[in-house]
Amino acid sequence: MFKHRMSALTAAVSIALLSQAALAAEEQFFPVLSYRIGPYGANGQSFFGGFVDYLSYVNLKENGINGVKITWEECETEYNNAKGIECYERMKDKAAISTGPIHPMSTGISYALIDKTVADKIPMAMVGYGRTDAVDGSVFPYAFPLVTTYQMQASAIIRFLKEKEKGHLEGKKIVFLYHDSAYGKEPIVALQEEAKLNKFELTVIPVAHPGNEQGAQWLKIRQENPDYVVFWGWGVMNQTAIKAAQKIGFSRDKIVGSWWAGSEEDTVPAGDAAKGYMSATWNVAGKDVPLIADIEKVVYGAGQGNLGDTSKIGTILYNRGVSAAVLSIEAIRKAQEKYGKGKAMTGEQVRWGMENLDISDARLKEIGATNLLPEIKTSCDNHEGSGKIKIQQWDGTQWVVVSGWIEGNKGLIHPLFKASAEQYAKEKGMTPRDCAKEM
Amino acid sequence: MLYREAGQFKTSYAADQQLFPIRQDRIGILILLAVVFLVIPGVAGDYWFSAILIPFLIFSLAALGLNILTGYAGQLSLGSAAFMAVGAYAAYNFQLRIDGIPILVSFVCAGLTAAGIGILFGLPSLWIKGFYLAVATLAAQFFIVWCLTKFPWLSNYSSSGVISTQPLIIFGHAFTSPQEKYLLVLTIVAVMALAAKNMVRSSTGRAWMAVRDMDVAASVIGIRLMPVKLLAFAVSSFYCGVAGALYAFCYLGSVEPDGFSLDMSFRILFMIIIGGVGSILGSFLGAAFILLLPVFLDIALPWAARLLGLPFSSATVSHIQVLVFGALIMFFLIVEPHGLARLWQITKEKLRLWPFPH
Repeated sequence: MFKHRMSALTAAVSIALLSQAALAAEEQFFPVLSYRIGPYGANGQSFFGGFVDYLSYVNLKENGINGVKITWEECETEYNNAKGIECYERMKDKAAISTGPIHPMSTGISYALIDKTVADKIPMAMVGYGRTDAVDGSVFPYAFPLVTTYQMQASAIIRFLKEKEKGHLEGKKIVFLYHDSAYGKEPIVALQEEAKLNKFELTVIPVAHPGNEQGAQWLKIRQENPDYVVFWGWGVMNQTAIKAAQKIGFSRDKIVGSWWAGSEEDTVPAGDAAKGYMSATWNVAGKDVPLIADIEKVVYGAGQGNLGDTSKIGTILYNRGVSAAVLSIEAIRKAQEKYGKGKAMTGEQVRWGMENLDISDARLKEIGATNLLPEIKTSCDNHEGSGKIKIQQWDGTQWVVVSGWIEGNKGLIHPLFKASAEQYAKEKGMTPRDCAKEM
Repeated sequence: MLYREAGQFKTSYAADQQLFPIRQDRIGILILLAVVFLVIPGVAGDYWFSAILIPFLIFSLAALGLNILTGYAGQLSLGSAAFMAVGAYAAYNFQLRIDGIPILVSFVCAGLTAAGIGILFGLPSLWIKGFYLAVATLAAQFFIVWCLTKFPWLSNYSSSGVISTQPLIIFGHAFTSPQEKYLLVLTIVAVMALAAKNMVRSSTGRAWMAVRDMDVAASVIGIRLMPVKLLAFAVSSFYCGVAGALYAFCYLGSVEPDGFSLDMSFRILFMIIIGGVGSILGSFLGAAFILLLPVFLDIALPWAARLLGLPFSSATVSHIQVLVFGALIMFFLIVEPHGLARLWQITKEKLRLWPFPH
């Protein structure tokens, strides 16, 4: 009885709030859970700089999304789970009226928010990190591991290596060197499956956080003498690994890093040692992308740029932030098509938009983001939408893309997500949505 | 005047030995309990429950656990976060593997598991003391986190090592709203805090304090060091373990071993140093200081910057917040090295004399 009265009350309050919002000029609010200080502050500055710059860009260039001005508020999480939750709770009420997807840029925070976002009906995007089995949207309605996941990335890297070896990995030796955390451990299942399928030998070697000492691991790699090292590092661990590889004389062009081990922040400090090092990426670096050049012109020209240090424009993480914002804005556009153009969208509506994203190459060209990120098409049972990456190589001064879009082995990897999501649903005692009815 | 115990005569041993011997304290604590149980649930919003009150209570409990070990028994420990991790993972596994086990029972079992492991890592305390013991407990910190990462069974073979906690159902009622979770956490913390208060004035507590003040003298007067020290480790780890279980089930909802880092152990240690070593109240004050002050600064500083028209970016504000927080810690430690609890004690003494200080 009490509960009913409460929900009636909340409904009344939210209706009151909604009508209030309708009276004011339409505004689309974005809660931005950013981090610009703390251990990963440097990475956060580039990413969130790009993210916020694109929001400003849409405001300046097109006067918002179909006329709906974008507003945002930042809250510093320091990459810390507790602070992330505090920020989320602080912005929740504001986000109840209209909200863009949340990008926590932290696997830990995204895990902690998974249940909360469902209860509060706020969509969360985890572009290239976070809970990967959320690909199965029937169990995770509000979580979107957009573009691609660790497992699909690992699988795509194997495919790249296979092509490099002219289609055969049989009898090859591959070492998986990883950050010993949720982030580093997730691809192991995928790699094991790939090893079975392609008959290569897989050795996994963990590196304890933060990974600034890897002597023992690289000694082991020297003993194993593998054909390739697939490398899942983060932060200071990346440059350490590259330097350690040089020390033992392991050729850097036989190391392929994940997309968190492939930014300028990783290679520049390693100096000459990084030359030839490869990494995966789901977005390209550089200012050649028309959109990035235009953002610099429009946003920084108007003096509304978010970055203090403009040399970061066009770096891999900056462009990743822009890509994440592009996805968010496109989701809101999609939602507006269904729920009314020129209106602010609620979390529930944006969620629908994210689940029905269809960003073709033609659309990417329209916004000037050709080749910045792959084509994306999401659905209820595929919250990932792409699963494609490119491989880039560091030439000593910049990242050079050395492959086209490579897709991971979906038939092999997606059933793993399905199984994991089912286990989650069972542990939580919940019934998944029926995706057939969502069409 | 306000706080004078004149006229309160104790006519029996029971009256003399009760938990709060002074009448004003008894009334105070009753009012406090009434406010936190009856008033706050009605007035606070979701933000207050989920972001402020629940973590505050959970960390108070962890700090209380460490305070029992460090403040009362004098054994320095840097493994509190690890014992919280044991509690969190144990509660998860009890829920997972034993069908139909009530959640409160798994919390208790989680505490007992943590206590068992605490005893194990308390063994070195029989031979080494002080800073050297702190280093030995550091081993617990690293070993336990390593263990939870190393053995996938503990996280039910989750590919990422992250566990998602089961729903909280007690007597058929599901605790889902932040308000209900708050009440659950509050009840557990209140009961355990009063139990701790009771314990430290008992013979056990007095034995701990004797060992803390001088263990040779304590053993000379007939206190057996081994059981006393190990009991301190057990009780302390029990508290931390329950705090860890609450942290996982009522606060975050999903935890990974790396979340229980050394950094967290240090924070808990700072809580008791700031709050007051060897004080139950101090654990709460310290947790409030370490957890709530940054949040307050986070909200107040941008507001102040806007008010003064200073063009601060959000990164600058965050940096300033860290600076101010650090400066305040130093300020309080210089002004009152015995912690915030000591300030409260001084206030009480002043109130006793007020309005006629000599």
